[in-house]
Amino acid sequence: MTEQLIGIDKKDLTAKAAEMSKNGFRLVQIGCTLTDSFEITYSFDKDYVLHNLRMTIPQTSPVIPSITESYLCAFTYENELQDLFGLTVTDMKLNFNGAFYQTAVKTPFNTGVPTNPEQKAK
Amino acid sequence: MATLGIIKIVMGWAVSKPATRLYPFVKREPFANSRGSIAIEIEKCSMCTLCQKKCPTDAIIVKRQEKIWEIDRLRCISCAACVDACPKKCLTMITAYSPSVSQRGIDSFVQAPAKPSAQASAESTSPSDE
Amino acid sequence: MAQRTIVPFGPQHPVLPEPIHLDLVLEDEKVVEALPSIGFIHRGLERLAETKDFNEMTYVAERICGICSFIHGQGYCQAVEDLMKIQAPERALYLRSIWGELSRIHSHLLWLGLAADAFGFESLFMHSWRVREAILDIVEETTGGRVIFGSCKVGGVRRNIDNETLKSIKGRLKKIELMSREITKIFETDGSVKRRMVGVGVLSKEDAYALGAVGPTLRASGHAQDMRKRGYAAYAKLSWEPVVETAGDCFARSIVRVREVYQAFDLIYQAIDKIPDTEVEVKVTGNPPAGSETFMRVEQPRGEVVYYLKGSGTKFLQRFRVRTPTFANIPPMVVMLKGCQLADVPVIVLTIDPCISCTER
Repeated sequence: MTEQLIGIDKKDLTAKAAEMSKNGFRLVQIGCTLTDSFEITYSFDKDYVLHNLRMTIPQTSPVIPSITESYLCAFTYENELQDLFGLTVTDMKLNFNGAFYQTAVKTPFNTGVPTNPEQKAK
Repeated sequence: MATLGIIKIVMGWAVSKPATRLYPFVKREPFANSRGSIAIEIEKCSMCTLCQKKCPTDAIIVKRQEKIWEIDRLRCISCAACVDACPKKCLTMITAYSPSVSQRGIDSFVQAPAKPSAQASAESTSPSDE
Repeated sequence: MAQRTIVPFGPQHPVLPEPIHLDLVLEDEKVVEALPSIGFIHRGLERLAETKDFNEMTYVAERICGICSFIHGQGYCQAVEDLMKIQAPERALYLRSIWGELSRIHSHLLWLGLAADAFGFESLFMHSWRVREAILDIVEETTGGRVIFGSCKVGGVRRNIDNETLKSIKGRLKKIELMSREITKIFETDGSVKRRMVGVGVLSKEDAYALGAVGPTLRASGHAQDMRKRGYAAYAKLSWEPVVETAGDCFARSIVRVREVYQAFDLIYQAIDKIPDTEVEVKVTGNPPAGSETFMRVEQPRGEVVYYLKGSGTKFLQRFRVRTPTFANIPPMVVMLKGCQLADVPVIVLTIDPCISCTER
């Protein structure tokens, strides 16, 4: 049941988001997986079919542009990425600057310590 | 009138038997399938530690050498994964839930050492192993 | 120029089932802006998936939330089955649908009680929860637990319900349906309920779609979108249509949930009539393959929930991400709160059915 997944570059993101919004897609989620680099997935849906865009960002420069220009509801996901993973999102319309997701440990999903026991053993 | 609907219901319940029960004087009978807490028949246990491996919260501790099976009642979530995993079927889920306690503790079950049988042919452990 | 004050709403508040914080900027009694802030119940369950066996992770996934717990477990198991290309047997799919609809009924009855409590209608609150107890008794009889069902596993379900029990459940559910009709009729017709909810917190059709609303919040604004139409579990074989209202205010959202309760009763009757006689689980061996990933979307009582799973070849998953419906409903809530009176804030916050422990995992 996995629908299409296409790669996208950082510089094309805002233009592609504007195009999706014009074509009637709604934003479903923005998620991030941290392996050697940040793999950020933007999921859009129309008529029950999911279209995913994947952007890979190296750990050395964790800055991404915002899509709140086309999708205002993205502010929750982008603030969550800032607060949990330590990414920086530029040009966000409603930027809480770290005050959205209040946790005892800063950036709990990106502490630099691998938790997977297999990885720890390496 | 707009509020007649709820008045009818409230009046009906005011004159009939209440929907609540007078706990703790009247206790609730659990269903046959209710998941309460774990009970063990310690004589059947073979100390294989499969239950310890399957427990999602690490509530079970099996000490193979001393033949002790322990469970932390407050960590147990009554999921019955250990019941499904036990090869000797010595674990059961009983309907009585573990009561509230005022401090943490562990329930221990010690297996009595096996009596040396008359035909102790393959037994290499000495009977003084107590 | 009226003076502006900032009133903090939450995290502790009598109407909130779970803690969320809102900074309300007020001009006299009117709300001008609302700024949300979450994180009070963050348990880091997504990181836990990286250190727990994927079979044991089912128990953790169920405990993401207490009210919508069964469907979290079902969605997680379906996602792992999709990763490992396992097909659960037919009877397991029907049983999952029956338990899923029972979960939906009890969640909506709970919500109706909380909504009545939000505007002070205590007797309606108590009676809704009295009817809900009858549903929980059926759940405990079949699964062993009232709130945490513990019945989903990767490859099927852990317990079977035999056909006589299913017939007796159908008889009892018909009586429970009559009891709940008494309660929901009050919701639909009572004047005091209508005065608090009609015309309050209006969300227009375009706004609902553009802001990413899901679930009853979206369906009350005129969009017929329900993830069960994607046909997972046994829903493709049952005949039903999404419940839609057009007014977009709090009253419309309540009516959508009331009608969904009756739709759920009807779906359970259909499933009990059509359930086949097969086994209920298949054996699962191996691990999710490395590099495999899946998006699984399931309909919870609150809306669409998305599970993203990435396998790593070992028994630990590399990534487990849950995007819950309340997280997607926060932007529409913030927009709805603009321009409302302070006394309407609890009612509006409750009509999106906030389940904050889902939101923060």
